[in-house]
Amino acid sequence: MTPAPMIRALVAAALLACGSAGAFTLEEFQFQSPAQEQEFRELIGKLRCLVCQNESLAASQADLAQDLRKEVYQMMQDGKSHDEIIEFLVARYGDFVLYQPPVKPSTYILWFGPFVLIGVGGFLLLRAIQRRRREPEPDLSAAEHDRIERLLTQPGTRPGDTQDRAS
Amino acid sequence: MARSQSRSKSSYLVPLGIFLALAALLFYGLGLDPKKVPSPLVGKPAPSFELESLLEPGKTISSDILKGKMSLVNVWASWCPSCRQEHGELIRIARESDVQMIGFNWKDERRAALEMLRRYGNPYVLSVFDPENQVGIDWGVYGAPETFVVDAEGIIRHKRIGPIDQRVWEEEILPVIEQYRSKG
Repeated sequence: MTPAPMIRALVAAALLACGSAGAFTLEEFQFQSPAQEQEFRELIGKLRCLVCQNESLAASQADLAQDLRKEVYQMMQDGKSHDEIIEFLVARYGDFVLYQPPVKPSTYILWFGPFVLIGVGGFLLLRAIQRRRREPEPDLSAAEHDRIERLLTQPGTRPGDTQDRAS
Repeated sequence: MARSQSRSKSSYLVPLGIFLALAALLFYGLGLDPKKVPSPLVGKPAPSFELESLLEPGKTISSDILKGKMSLVNVWASWCPSCRQEHGELIRIARESDVQMIGFNWKDERRAALEMLRRYGNPYVLSVFDPENQVGIDWGVYGAPETFVVDAEGIIRHKRIGPIDQRVWEEEILPVIEQYRSKG
């Protein structure tokens, strides 16, 4: 299959998946207390909808997001803890379901890479500055001094000189 | 002096090298499909299920059918255009290969699903019906089509996200099947 029809198919599928069902609201979920509702909103705000990947479960209108909201809601009603619910979803959908990836060996580069880069860059910068400061003015030999003198005083070698233009 | 000159020349090449490396990395990244999220289930036992048969309402099919045979579990739905696109290839695979092809009808309506099988053929030995996404969540399904390779011991060995064509079958799925067949 050539890429173009496949991309078209994927886009169509994504559009369908994101726009198919009528608008979902959180109205259908009933909570015993405002605190519980707050917790629910927090939880689904931290989870990614895998269909519309830049939306959280809270924001997404995808059908799958509604299924997962129901699942999260049900688990909360069953008295599952925050961590248990997260664990449940990660076991099925992987770390990608979390907006904030966990710190573990495979994500070290993600978490610490930028700091390492800043550190290395800062070190190189400092070293370059120090070296420039320490470096003495270059020594010129007598012959080189003579040549500079000659170049500076010689007529016709300065820019804008008529001779220069003519040549 | 010559030394410092050569150093400054090569130090011009360093940013160029970094730029080229970064450009290559980003160019490689352009070719990746963000829709393909690796499944944490690969290497783990397939989640068990008891679902109604798609073809015989009222009859229950359990995940025991996965035991003892190399299986492909194909998640599909009649509303999914890519599923229709891969359907012909699935039929070819079912005919030419000895893997057990299980249909996992997902978030669909029975009538529409049966209509699609009637019109385009039925590649599946068995079809389970999960309209409410009860088992789909356990399997980490987030779209259709998805296809799981499950070995004879019931361990998920591979998950294909997106449609299967002949190239995907030959280069991606068949090698996994061959690799785990000997052990099964």
